[in-house]
This record gives sequence, structure tokens and C-alpha cells, in this order.
Amino acid sequence: MARHEGRGMASVNYPIGMNLGGDPSQALIHSNPDGKFTVALSAIDLGQGMKQVSRQIAAETLGVPIEDVYVDTADSDTGPHDMGSFASRGTHRMGNAIIVAAREARGVLLEAAAEELEVNAADLVTDGRGNIHVRGAPSKTITVKATAQAAQFKQGKTIAGRGIFLIPLSAVDADTGEMNPNTAFAHACLVADVTVDDETGEVEVLRMTSAYELGRVINPRMVEQQLVGGAWMGMSHALYETPEPYYPNPEHGPRDFNEYLMPGPGDIAPYHVTVLERPAPDGPFGGKGPGEMCANPVLPAVANAVYNAIGVRVDELPITPEKILRGIKANGGVKPGPRRGGPVNWR
Amino acid sequence: MLEMRKDIFADERDDNLNVIGKGLQRQDMPGHVTGRTRYFDDHAFDGMLHLKVVRSPHAHARIRSIDIAAAQRAPGVKRVLRGADVPVNKNTLLSLINFGKDDEPSLAVDKVSYKGEPVVAIIADSEAAALAARQLVRIDYDLLPNVFDVEEALKPGAPVVNETYPGNYFEYHQRYDHQKLRFGDVEKAFAQADMVLEHRYQMSPIEHAPTETNGSIAAPEQNGRFVVHSCAQGLFFALGTAAKIVDVESNRLHFIGGTVGGGFGGKVDALTEPLAVLGAMLTGKPVRFVLDREEEMLYGSPRGAERIYVKDGLMRDGRIVARSIRSYFDAGAYTRLSSYAAIKCTAHLPGPYWIPNVASDVYVAYTNRCPSTAMRGFGVTAVDFALEVQMDRLAEAANLDPMEFRVLNAYRDGDMKAHRRVAKNTALIECVQVVAEKANWPLSEQAKRQSSLTGGVGERALIPATPLDQRGQIGRPDTRNAPSSQVLPAGTARIPLSKQPVMEGDRDGRAKPTQVPRYESAQPIAALPPYQPAQTSNPPAPAYQPPPAYQPSPPPPAPPPAAPAQTQHGAVRFSSVFGTRRR
Repeated sequence: MARHEGRGMASVNYPIGMNLGGDPSQALIHSNPDGKFTVALSAIDLGQGMKQVSRQIAAETLGVPIEDVYVDTADSDTGPHDMGSFASRGTHRMGNAIIVAAREARGVLLEAAAEELEVNAADLVTDGRGNIHVRGAPSKTITVKATAQAAQFKQGKTIAGRGIFLIPLSAVDADTGEMNPNTAFAHACLVADVTVDDETGEVEVLRMTSAYELGRVINPRMVEQQLVGGAWMGMSHALYETPEPYYPNPEHGPRDFNEYLMPGPGDIAPYHVTVLERPAPDGPFGGKGPGEMCANPVLPAVANAVYNAIGVRVDELPITPEKILRGIKANGGVKPGPRRGGPVNWR
Repeated sequence: MLEMRKDIFADERDDNLNVIGKGLQRQDMPGHVTGRTRYFDDHAFDGMLHLKVVRSPHAHARIRSIDIAAAQRAPGVKRVLRGADVPVNKNTLLSLINFGKDDEPSLAVDKVSYKGEPVVAIIADSEAAALAARQLVRIDYDLLPNVFDVEEALKPGAPVVNETYPGNYFEYHQRYDHQKLRFGDVEKAFAQADMVLEHRYQMSPIEHAPTETNGSIAAPEQNGRFVVHSCAQGLFFALGTAAKIVDVESNRLHFIGGTVGGGFGGKVDALTEPLAVLGAMLTGKPVRFVLDREEEMLYGSPRGAERIYVKDGLMRDGRIVARSIRSYFDAGAYTRLSSYAAIKCTAHLPGPYWIPNVASDVYVAYTNRCPSTAMRGFGVTAVDFALEVQMDRLAEAANLDPMEFRVLNAYRDGDMKAHRRVAKNTALIECVQVVAEKANWPLSEQAKRQSSLTGGVGERALIPATPLDQRGQIGRPDTRNAPSSQVLPAGTARIPLSKQPVMEGDRDGRAKPTQVPRYESAQPIAALPPYQPAQTSNPPAPAYQPPPAYQPSPPPPAPPPAAPAQTQHGAVRFSSVFGTRRR
């Protein structure tokens, strides 16, 4: 009786946004008289960081400090329409809407500053620290705050912007499946190292090594949070979870977290992610969306690693100890595959 | 741990940005870590009532009678609702985008189609009172035969799960019992392939298991309006669904949400909002409807199971020449979002590879289980499992290393995809190359030199002639094996290239936020260059020839110190995996 090491890989891509379009997001932005901006949305923050992504995109486009932007979402009386947070659409669709709105607000901001400085608005730039100055002449300057006060109390200007991003609905051909699906795709490849215990049938994920191409990364810490959390979910889908363990037999449904199996803290595998950025031509600053795909390569990579370790193909998820042991028995014993490569290049 | 490889695709980006790309602390983090963030269930009202539903104990049964008299008299009970009390007691979520027929009641009337289907709602002044009264509702059922297997459900004579779709399948385009994908001639390619491999894959259902269970609180506001604190993933989806079911104008509902304790797709369905609003309207009091953990686990909509058959034609040199897929989404008793996922799945096929002949038939089948819904990776996660395990099998059959095999078959910029649009902005090969280096997994020099930028040459860029068929007509299971009826000529595209985004800047002269995506038309077949399999176009990249058999090579030499950042795509070699770490 022994534990057998195995290594498997998988590579995937993932479409961003509702597949067939018809998928709008709106954003409204306005400044208070002190030059502090509110972004009003109906986007949903599920924990993934929608508010912060929106905030960074707004601050970058407005050219003001991140602290001067607050995202208010989701109140249907004040936030304009959005389809919602699903289909990896939040960053891509809402991000674009915010850029449109922020550009309009920035345009008014610069016009108001130009009036105060008695220059042409086209000659003005922002420094991202709360100041507006003439390009090439930093001494000719005014703060965003003073500009907003002048706009409100002297000039009678509304520093505000509105934005929508809509990919129109596409038809699908009944006979060929021809369609205009998503315009942006993210990519990934993942290697899983596992051990399989041929006595208990237990699979342990030793480590995972991956590369994700996600377009422009808006916030690397939130990308890390998504990818690491998603890899955990992938492990869990591969090895543990289901409310119907003998599907399609509907019996044995779990009622709580005692009965619904998921990996615990001791099962979490060390994980190294490398992120590549090939900007999406239609994404906000080239951003795509890592939200959904981060579990996907783990399932097949683990299944392929189990096969490499013991020669058993488990084609029905989850890969339970019972299925492993039945597979070994059906094969007449463990049949390890070829060793693939050496130790990983990271710690 | 996360590292950034800024050197790859560097010339496609302007990295001179102020706050984009920085790992700044989230706006909402202090609230989350100090427990001050308010979720929907942190909005209790004085005099709030609690709603609980009575669920069917049977997977499939006719309702003979419902007796609520004892429950109505129970202590603390304010109101008991049946299906007749729901103004519009049939809905499907995607009716808001005109996709599919209304097929699901809020409270079952004539029959129940899954174990756990809501039949009666009890509104009481405490959860305990509502739960106690639940025991007093008496429902008589006549059991009906049930069906739990997707392929059994599609056979003629199977029990009808969902009367709106009497064949137990979602109806596509008012014509077929499934969604088709047809690109090239798979049957001809199978006949010419060196090997044909076919395998069956099964993904079981998965529970979303969010920390916060589904729920909402609805309360009367001034002027005939109702405020609804909601955990919805789509605020206006939930608002629109509630407005439709309780039959009020949308501006009488004021939805507040946006801060949700985990969703993963399980909070798109508006499971609780309509009945909470209806309860608030009928009682004039705030009403809270929250699923407990057992309800969330058993009746809160899982990721649906999928059964996938993958059949591939493979050449000895490792090229995949045909891929045919038949798959079944298990929708459970009602449609919810499965119909949409099947189309997303179709667009995803054949995976991130260029294959000259592709066909698929994707079915959405109704069974007597809890309706499934969206979950993270919807339409893709299960098929990726099937495709990538199949790829592992194919690599072994071709005697190729799995990574070499992926690089050989990877899709690239300019390749024609099976849904008849040109691939662009691809990066699969680069991801494989980076992981191979990090995992110390030897790749051949040819594979290391490949690039996603150099596809779309010759046959790879073209739409092939495609046999069409009329298989699987609605109500005609006898047509499922019909022969092909016509051949669509090469180069044919019939769906307009309508994917131009609409933005305000387009209309009023303001700058557009981004470069807009433009799908390119298929090139006319007359302009066809001769077929050159797997060759690349740009001069520096030599034609890729996979090694005849996988030869483990010695580990690559240690990276040279302080290598300059690579700006080349497709990577000559990845000499500085750790040289550009960012945090």
C-alpha cells in the first residue's frame, strides 16, 4: 500500500460577459462642491471587489486621487440600470460605462478649471493628486477642490457624467450555431501535483502552478483573491462537492456544512499564479474578468494528475475515494504514468 | 502567491497609469473586517413578519387538495398564501430579455415537479410561529411517475416534468429540441482520421454554498411604494421579476442591495423577493423571507449536472481533425437559466483549439429535481472538464506530451472559430509556455517558439462547407437520426456582425472610452491560399513540428541573473520568471 505522486495539466479560455449581448450597464458620476466624486451604480459587490474596481477605474479616468472617489451601489432609486454581477461581466461592462461617465465629468471639470485659469481647457492636465495645471507649466495650477467650488458657486456648472456600455443582442443561427458571442476571452493553463493513496483512495493536492492571461489587471490583490479562492473551489468541485453523490439518484442530499463535503484548512494546496496581460481591445483599460474561470482548469488538471498517478480515469465528478478504489480494482492494480518534469520552479 | 509577467505582450499596453494596476485597499474592507458592513438581513424593522414556505415532499405529484384552515388559525399567523393569491403565478427569469416561455409558478397549483417545490407560504409574527403553522397545512397528493436521468427524460413516453415543455426539453428557435453547432463535415473527417476516440463525462450538481443564504426583507414605504432589501446578484433582474409576479409598476418597488455575502450564481433567480413583496402588500407590514441552511442546500438551485459525450478524430501526428459533442444540461423541473447556458456552451466549443470540423448538439432536459441555475463558469466549467480530460487522452493516444499537444492544437489570432467568427486577442500558448517553465515541465524548442499572434493562415481562417440537418425537430423524436439535408457552401455567414457596442460617446461627439470590438467578415472562399496545416505566417517562427514522441528533456538551465525584461510575444524563452515579480 502506497501513496503515488502524479502530475496533470489543463488549459482553458473563458468568455467575458453575457454571451449574446443585450447586456447593458449604466453609470452616473457627480462631484460635490469640494471636488469629491460619487459614482452611482446598480452593480453588485458579492465580495469580489466590484466597488473597488469601479472606484479605481473612475479615479484613473477622472484623474483625481482614489480617496476622492466613493462608489455608491446598489439602490434602484439612485443607481441607474445594470444587468448584474454574473457572467464575468462586472469589470468589463460596468468598467466601460464608468469610463464614459468619468470622461464627461472630467470634461466639465477641465472647462471649469480653464475658466478660472483663463486658459484653453485642451491645454490642461491632471496630476492625479488633486491638482489641475497647464501642460508644461505646472505653476499655472488650480486644485480640483477650488475648481469644483467655482463650478458650483460662481460658474453654475454641473461636474457630472453619465455613461452606458451596451453590446446589442445577437441572434443565433438555428442550423449552424453561428453567433456573435463575447468579444473578449481570458486564458489559463494550470498544473496540479497530487498524491493518491491506493489504500484509502484519498487524493491530496500537493500544489498548483498556473498562468492566467486576464487582459489589464485593475487591482492585482483582488485578482489574487479571485484566482486563489477560485482554485480552492476547483479543488472542491474536483474532489469533494455535490449535493447528489450518486447522481442521477437524487438521494443522500446534504442539509448543512457537516454533511456537504468541502476541503478544510488542512487540504488547501500551495498555489503559485503568474498573470499575463494582453489587453482586450474593448475592455476598460484592456481589462477582462477573472471572476468565473479561476475554478475551471483545476477540475481537469486534478483528474489528469490522478490518472498520471495511478492510471485510473475518473470521468464522473467528484473524484471520490470510492471511485478511485473501484477504478484501481477494475484496472487490476495501480498503473502509474510517466514522470513529468522536475520539482516546481517556485516556493 | 501571485506574480505579474509585465514583459509578455508589453507592446500592446500603455502601463503609464496612476491607480489602475495597483493593489489598493478596497473601499469596503474596513467595514468587512470590523463587522460593520450591512447586508440585507441587517435591516430589521419594528413589527416585521416572517415568511416560510411549505414544500413538496414528493418529486412529482398531482395536488388533490390544500387545506390551510388549521394553519390560518394557528397562533401568530397573519396570512397564508396559495398559488391563487399570486397575481402572476407563472414566470421565467429570462422573460425580461424575451428568452423562453413562462414555466415556473411561485407557489405550485395543480402539481409539484420536484421535492422541495413551494406550495403554500405562511406569514407569521415570528419564525417559530411560521414554522409551527407549517406543520398544520394539509396537502393531499397523487404520486406521479418521475424521471431523474436526462437521457431517460428525452425518450418518448417519459413522464412529462414541465407541461410548458411537454417533450422535457427546452425548445430552440421554435424548431429544434436542442441547440446545434455545425462547422465543416465531422462525419467525413472521422472517416479519414487515423483514430477516433469517444468518451462520456458527467458533472454532478454543485451547491453554491454562500455564507449568506438567499433572502430578502420587503417593507411598505410612503406613497404605496415598497422598499426591498435584497441579496440579488442582478438588482434590476430581481426588481423586474418581483414587479411582474406581484403585478405592480416598477417604480413602486425600491430595491436596495449591492453588498452580498457570496453569490456564485445562486442569487440571480430572485427566489425570495416576489413573495416577500407580496406578503408586505397583503399584510401592510414588513416581511422577511430568508432560506435556512437546509433549504439553501436542498432547494436553493444548484449548479446543474451535465452529461457530455466527446468524440474526436485524431491524426497520428497529433492534429485533431474533428470534434463532435452531444451534451445534456439537467435543468431540473423548470428552465431558470439553463437555456442560456446551453448557448454559451455552444459558443465555447470546441474549446480553445483550432479544429477544422466541429459539431455539437446541446440539450436542456427537464427532470424531477430542484431547478438548477447559473453558477460560476456557467455553461463552461463542466465542458472544460470533459474537453481537457479528453485532451489528456488524445495526447496519450498520439504519443505526445500533453503540453506539446495543447500548443500544437491551440487556437491563435486570426483562426476561424466554430461559431463562424475570427479569433483575436488569444493567449493560450503563452499561458502554457509560462506554466511549463514554472513547473519545470520540459517543452520542445519548437513549442517554446510558438506564438498566439501567428494563426489565421490558409484553411485556419476560413469557414468550411458544412452539411446541415433537420434532426431533432420539436415534437418529432423520430427525426433525431435524420440524414443531412443540404450543404451550406464554404464561406457562408448568415448572422449580421451586430456586435458594435453602443456608448453615449458615439452619439454626442464625446470621446469613445475604448477601441470598440469589430468582428471581421469571413474572407471569401475564392481568396483561399492552399492548405498548410499548422504552419505559422510570420517569418521568424519556424513551422511547428511536434516531436514524434514525448522525450523528457533534462531540466532547463538556471535562469541567467538580471535578464532584461522580454518584450517579445510568444517568448523565445522565459528566462526571468521571477525577475519581474511585482509584490
